[in-house]
Amino acid sequence: MANIELGGGASPSDEETQLYADRVKVYPKEAHGRFRTIKWIVMAVTLGIYYLLPWVRWDRGPYLPDQAVLLDLPARRFYFFFLEIWPQEFYYVTGLLVLASLVLFLVTAVAGRVWCGYTCPQTVWTDLMVAVERFWQGDRNARLRLDKHPWAFETIWKKSATHLTWLAIAVATGGAWVFYFADAPTLAKQLLTFSAPAAAYFFIGLFTVSTYVLGGIAREQVCIYMCPWPRIQGAMFDSDSLLISYRDWRGEPRGAHKAGQSWEGRGDCIDCNQCVAVCPTGIDIRDGAQLECIQCALCIDACDAIMDKVGRPRGLIAYDTVRNLEAGAPNAEPLRLLRPRVLLYAGLIVLVGIIMIVALMMRPVLEVNVIHDRNPLYVKLSDGGVRNGYEVKILNKQYVPRAFKLGVTGLPDATVQLVGHDSGVVPVPPDQLKGVKLHVALDKEGVRALPDQATQFQFVVTDIATGETMEHNATFQGPPKSGAK
Amino acid sequence: MANKEEKSPEGFGTTGHEWDGIEEWNNPLPKWWLYVFYATVIWAIGYWIVYPAWPTVSSYTKGYLGYSQRAQVNKDIAAAKKQTAVFSDKINEGDFETIQADPELLSFALAGGQAAFGDNCAPCHGRGAQGFVGYPNLRDDAWIWAGSIDGIQQTILHGIRSDDPQTRMSMMPAFGELGMLNREQISDTAEYVMSLSGNEQDAEAAARGQEIYATSCAACHGPDGAGNQALGAPNLSDELWLYGGDKDTLVETITYSRAGMMPAFSERLDPATIKKLAIYVHSLGGGQ
Repeated sequence: MANIELGGGASPSDEETQLYADRVKVYPKEAHGRFRTIKWIVMAVTLGIYYLLPWVRWDRGPYLPDQAVLLDLPARRFYFFFLEIWPQEFYYVTGLLVLASLVLFLVTAVAGRVWCGYTCPQTVWTDLMVAVERFWQGDRNARLRLDKHPWAFETIWKKSATHLTWLAIAVATGGAWVFYFADAPTLAKQLLTFSAPAAAYFFIGLFTVSTYVLGGIAREQVCIYMCPWPRIQGAMFDSDSLLISYRDWRGEPRGAHKAGQSWEGRGDCIDCNQCVAVCPTGIDIRDGAQLECIQCALCIDACDAIMDKVGRPRGLIAYDTVRNLEAGAPNAEPLRLLRPRVLLYAGLIVLVGIIMIVALMMRPVLEVNVIHDRNPLYVKLSDGGVRNGYEVKILNKQYVPRAFKLGVTGLPDATVQLVGHDSGVVPVPPDQLKGVKLHVALDKEGVRALPDQATQFQFVVTDIATGETMEHNATFQGPPKSGAK
Repeated sequence: MANKEEKSPEGFGTTGHEWDGIEEWNNPLPKWWLYVFYATVIWAIGYWIVYPAWPTVSSYTKGYLGYSQRAQVNKDIAAAKKQTAVFSDKINEGDFETIQADPELLSFALAGGQAAFGDNCAPCHGRGAQGFVGYPNLRDDAWIWAGSIDGIQQTILHGIRSDDPQTRMSMMPAFGELGMLNREQISDTAEYVMSLSGNEQDAEAAARGQEIYATSCAACHGPDGAGNQALGAPNLSDELWLYGGDKDTLVETITYSRAGMMPAFSERLDPATIKKLAIYVHSLGGGQ
């Protein structure tokens, strides 16, 4: 039995071993039922949001764009309804992403791959593409028949119509994407007159190709081979998560069933394969939980319809916990929702949510930054005084122009000279950052009076109109104290 | 045929590899994955044909497109120059007042000036224009020759004691070396010069030095030591010293003289760059 073969190579007895598998095309049948209805609604809502959101307007006054959701890359601003995020506030987006992943974890711990089954863009667009395919080519059996005659006229025109519709959807998807990055009505006009920026056409093309290829052609291959999420899921479920499961204790032994036959001594599964036929990833849920299952619940709809027909109770395939499956009865164990991991995720969501709300509410509309010239740190003047250079940056986060006065405290007898603003007033346009160069000088006596080589003082920025002030610490640097001439 | 026990959960058998009874499941990749790999191989071959790819003994394969990063950079630079030509032209034509009054033009000039300063001036005057011993600090308020923007431009154009015919030129005699003053006289003079900024160590010596100063130094440095920009004679009554204001350094200066040299840039830089430099240096805090 010592069949040692270092270096590999199939053994002669296994010459049929294939290292690469042909794709088995999946022909999902249309399902009808509760979950299919929910999925249609989710599709309508998510796609509706995606395609229409850029067209929603939001009045921000005369100086700012009125698009509700806008990623203004050239101006480096992100507008989201009442929110406006500057690049240095990107942590709000980080917070949002943290929140989103925590919600994902929570939902997964409670009810499995709800994200994958209902809301993942890959699922939604694939569902849409399959619906288009079904519209032109008919349901599962019709499609199987068409593929048997690939060169028949009927096949060719129906497939062409399908692919053209897919392409149209793909173009619309790419087209909607770019509207998030520019004023939608303006860009739409530019696109139609072929005067839009090249980047717009590029991204429309990119998303057209990716939507067409991933949603129309690759479909379940994306979930099975490309997506990391199915691999991560395993660590997020536990035996109390509600997962789409085949209740084998009720279904087995399975077998064909004729009307009028007794149900004694056999399972409820009549082996009709409807759960397999509707599955968008082409698996058999009766094999148990598996990586390929995106938990879209369509097999529940398919099975429930059959159970209704044969007069058995629904729920042979249902959302159930591993604990219940092992107990072999529905609701054998009370549903344990308040598990440590659920509580942990929920607690973290509340925590992050509170932090974000507090951060948002405390968001200042005026910020001041001071940058001390480093090279040189100070300049000696002819009268024996010392001058330091600073750049003061004022961020006006309000939507109106403001004017500011700049002064210093904590540095007696210092002279302040604003470079380029002889009036001593710095106007800052609405929603802008303005940097001003500033010289602060002390005369010989002033320098001598300083206790240390480096002295802390404060810049005071005052809004001339409102009187609002803001202080910012800075350091005044002089020559070394020891050994000074 | 592999029996049921020898099948993976996905329904495939083993690859046939076995090491000490440990077998390897065959979970085959989809074929299209393999085809994507082949496609990348074909892409690579296409890339070799189109772009520079392989080294040869003394050169490399140039590729059908003849793409070169260096040429690309030159193209980009040319394009950028073309883009900024509007500003460069305005800087060439406009006088300093016009440039300084136009915020856009001014910021262009300052940015260009800063870059040119780093390339041409920083080796002597320092990255921050803070100067070194013998190389003036351009940020302070003392100027040996001129602190006006036109004066700074003049200095950059023609240099100081350079071989340019219009260079700024002056020569302080080496009083000690030439035997014009003896050591005591030099020492007294140094004391007097120190007293001009209130730093004398020996009031008597300073008093003796005053007379020597009046005859030997005042012609250029002025009777009160305020200096004379027309002659490039530094102000001796302020707190700033190019070489040092201590006694030893002053004695050395009077004995051997000083003649710092700055090259003329009129041949090296175009007029617009020199203008930008003048604007930049003038903006550093000391401009008059």
